[in-house]
Amino acid sequence: MAAAENYPDDLRYHRDHDWARIDGDEAVLGITWFAQDSLGELVHFEAPAVGTVISAGNAYGEVESVKAVSDVIAPLSGEILEVNASVVDAPELVNDDPYGAGWLVRVRLSDPAEVGQLLDADAYRAVVAEQ
Amino acid sequence: MGYLSLTDRDREEMLAAIGVSSVEELFDQIPAGVRLGRELDVEPELTEQEITALFERLAVRNAHTGSELSFLGAGIYDHYVPAVVDAVLSRGEFLTAYTPYQPEMSQGVLQAIFEYQTAICELTGMDVSNASGYDGCTVAADACYIAKHATGRTKVVLAEALNPMVRRVVKTYAPGFGLDVVEVPHRDGATDPAELAAAAADAAAVLFQQPNFFGVLEDAPALAAAANEAGALSVAHVDLLSLGLLEAPGAYGSALAIGEGQSAGNYQSYGGPHYGFLASHTDFIRRLPGRIVGETLDAANVRGYVLTLQTREQHIRREKATSNMTTNQTLLALAGLVYLSWLGPQGLREVGEACTALAQHARSKLQAAGFEPAFPEWSTFKEFAIRVGRPGHEVVAAARARGVHPGYPLGREFAGLDDVLLVAVTERRTPADVDRLVEVLTEVTS
Amino acid sequence: MELIYEKSRPGRRAGRIPRPDVPPAELPAALRRDRPPRLPEVSEPELVRHFTALTERNFGIDTGFYPLGSCTMKHNPRVNERLVALPGFRDLHPLQEDDGAQGALELMWRLEQHLVEITGLPGISLQPAAGSQGELTGLMLVRAYFADRGEGEQRDTILTADTAHGTNPASVTMAGYKLDKVATDGRGNLDLADLRTKVNERTAGLMLTNPSTLGLFDEGIEDVAAIFHGAGALLYYDGANLNAVVGKSRPGDMGFDIVHINLHKTFSQPHGGGGPGGGPIAVRESVEPFLPVPVVVKDGDEFRLEHDRPKSIGRVRGFAGPFGVFVRSYAFMRAYGPSLEEMSEVAVLNANYLLARLRDAYELPYDRHCMHEFVLSARRLKREHGVAALDVAKRLMDFDIHPPTIYFPLVVPEALMIEPTETETKERLDHFVDVMLRIAAEAVDEPEVLHEAPHTRPVRRLDEVRAAKDPIVRYDFGERAARAASGED
Repeated sequence: MAAAENYPDDLRYHRDHDWARIDGDEAVLGITWFAQDSLGELVHFEAPAVGTVISAGNAYGEVESVKAVSDVIAPLSGEILEVNASVVDAPELVNDDPYGAGWLVRVRLSDPAEVGQLLDADAYRAVVAEQ
Repeated sequence: MGYLSLTDRDREEMLAAIGVSSVEELFDQIPAGVRLGRELDVEPELTEQEITALFERLAVRNAHTGSELSFLGAGIYDHYVPAVVDAVLSRGEFLTAYTPYQPEMSQGVLQAIFEYQTAICELTGMDVSNASGYDGCTVAADACYIAKHATGRTKVVLAEALNPMVRRVVKTYAPGFGLDVVEVPHRDGATDPAELAAAAADAAAVLFQQPNFFGVLEDAPALAAAANEAGALSVAHVDLLSLGLLEAPGAYGSALAIGEGQSAGNYQSYGGPHYGFLASHTDFIRRLPGRIVGETLDAANVRGYVLTLQTREQHIRREKATSNMTTNQTLLALAGLVYLSWLGPQGLREVGEACTALAQHARSKLQAAGFEPAFPEWSTFKEFAIRVGRPGHEVVAAARARGVHPGYPLGREFAGLDDVLLVAVTERRTPADVDRLVEVLTEVTS
Repeated sequence: MELIYEKSRPGRRAGRIPRPDVPPAELPAALRRDRPPRLPEVSEPELVRHFTALTERNFGIDTGFYPLGSCTMKHNPRVNERLVALPGFRDLHPLQEDDGAQGALELMWRLEQHLVEITGLPGISLQPAAGSQGELTGLMLVRAYFADRGEGEQRDTILTADTAHGTNPASVTMAGYKLDKVATDGRGNLDLADLRTKVNERTAGLMLTNPSTLGLFDEGIEDVAAIFHGAGALLYYDGANLNAVVGKSRPGDMGFDIVHINLHKTFSQPHGGGGPGGGPIAVRESVEPFLPVPVVVKDGDEFRLEHDRPKSIGRVRGFAGPFGVFVRSYAFMRAYGPSLEEMSEVAVLNANYLLARLRDAYELPYDRHCMHEFVLSARRLKREHGVAALDVAKRLMDFDIHPPTIYFPLVVPEALMIEPTETETKERLDHFVDVMLRIAAEAVDEPEVLHEAPHTRPVRRLDEVRAAKDPIVRYDFGERAARAASGED
């Protein structure tokens, strides 16, 4: 059962339809409601290995539906601490709850200053409106 | 005239509906500078009867296996194709259908491919097969592409005892793939596992053939182990008709099984079209090129079949696709399915045994007549290499003048084998045919 | 319907192999198979019934109208099936000596002469097995051409149109090139301004089909060619849409240097449920030395295969190519002679007729005459009635019409790409129009009928998500059920 369209105010967003929840010098990352809605029901999450170093603006994994595949773009740079095994087993969690149970990875940030370059919820809603 | 259906009146009505006075107006969008502006200079139009007469004249100038007793193999074989294969392939619902992108219109083809995939997995001991590749050479290139992406390594190792045409195709694809190719020479007709192991360090894939190009039965488990120990993918290039008798690649540790499917259900047809098969361990399912059919349910919970994991393919993943392949060889793979179903497991064993028995019989008869096997210490399947004492291509010409093609001259591709012929004996040959081979070879080399 | 494996019974069989009167085969025990493979065990009567039942669940050109855009689903002449079965073709080994294959080699040579005339380019390879393989071969030729001129390192990028088939970018990657895309303008032509910003000394070439996947001839093609040639780059022609221009305009004259032809599209090699095909290539003289080997050569009255070509890229496939495909294509060409031009005229006429009659009920993104195919958009139906291109496609099935291509090209939302080909009657075209108009009306009045379509096929809409999440890609002989029963799962 897919979620209703929403973009929580306590998150930060990247214009390639990814979100970050900042938690000290760590962050949890995922894809937004708009991204999961465009793809349709997800059937696969190609996740990075724990320990992988990711950099802002570059892909760190892929999500697939039956009709499309999409890079997952890192909004921030850092090292992968944890991958959401539940999503690997049941990718449709991302459709049901993209910001909660559908989180993708947890990272240790290598450059917390990058957070300042992300969009807030209002700015991201404007990006979505342009699509 | 061809196959057009419109009458003059139809054309008038259609032009009127479009709002133009002639068909030429529809071509106004072609700039004048690139218009041909003259009639095509090609051979004249013929009626069906005239076309048939022309093609019969052309066909009769070919020395085919009905007109010449043939022991020619080297990758393509004169096996018996049963009539049911022709009958099924001639059905317009299969012959004239497109790729099954619209599954509700194509359950016939989809289910047939699913059944084909099952047969290939059963024979090769693998978990997943694609719906076919172009041929036995290009599937080797496909396997290298899979291995590159699966391992991140950039070297592939080929046994020299792998069909030279297969190796040539891999070497043609390799630069674009960013792969280096290393070959491990054959030692008296077979591949040394220790040499293969040494070459396999840092390799993405190791490709060997079983039975190999010389018909020799390699120590395939040892070759697969050599690859696995080096962290490379073991790729076995195999003959479907041997897999009723010989162990499956999946059972001795290969990651991928590939090959040329022609032996199973296709006519020789001067090289094609045929089908390549490619099957793998389940780990590689998302990296496989080509189409894969999967089982599912419809809206009324009825079992049905669809193309699945299409996100691998070019029409979705585009530049990151596992391959650019669109058209493959479905109809020929269908022929393979029909043939394997006609044989069943007992029939497959019987055809393998018949070929091997006849080939071994031919080898001993030739040996008794004074022709030495080139690789005497190895067992062979349906093909073997024999020394004829004179340059192979000369012997072939002389034998053919007597109505027999004695086999493929290996001197073309292998050093030191100028006087060696590769002799294939399929279940279509008889003991009398073998006697004739011995007789003719004796005549032309004495 | 049961799988053939589900119809198997132990010990049943269809075929038998003659047992030769020679000593039995000896094979090393260590290499022998443990257990027999689980192939079907069926008798011939059941084998025939099984495959006949499958045909009843499949739709081909022989069954009805098949307007799949970019696929050119034209009639497949029956005589061609007889011709490929002539023993002199069917039973000819590909490694037969050239003097024993003169009929086959002559046929190939004659086919090549047709392709030279139709493309306007002198160098031919019949080897590639499909259009995609022709594309990859063409890009390998581009690479070899520039390497030979010492420009290999410098030229690392290939441009494609944003309307390109997915095969184009996929081929670019496989050939080891970087990819860049050119936009399409409002007329459906390549955007020349965008193009000029992207062509430079790093450009190896352009891949383009003309007419494009929008079914429109690029009116600026001469400028496009000038821009690329001016930068020292090559032009590659994707022949998927050649059916529109045979005898009207030749890719070589348009300025293309390397061309692939889809024998299974333009020249009626039957599609076979997904293949086989043939993707021969035609090249300019400057690219000829790099062609794959072998090449067919005419030496006086004799024909042979030439293998010794030092600058060749190598081989992309076994043997000289898919010969059975050549037999059918050459026969098809001989059924027309020079009136192959009329084939293209009627293909274009049929498409424009459908366009004229459907443009009001659907949306036409590019207001021009089309060539052999055209693209409509179901965007208005989606916005106003929630009916997507997918729904239109599924509903056509209920009227025994195969859907057109949908959701391609990507630049048109809710795209329906329609290519009738030249072999259809006017009555078939009119019936298609009637059904499409009916569907447009159903979108307003009864959209549920469309959402639930098809209603009359052997299956309803299939769950593709399920098939992708938990792929079942072979019959499992009851293994899953057995594991479940024993509590292992």
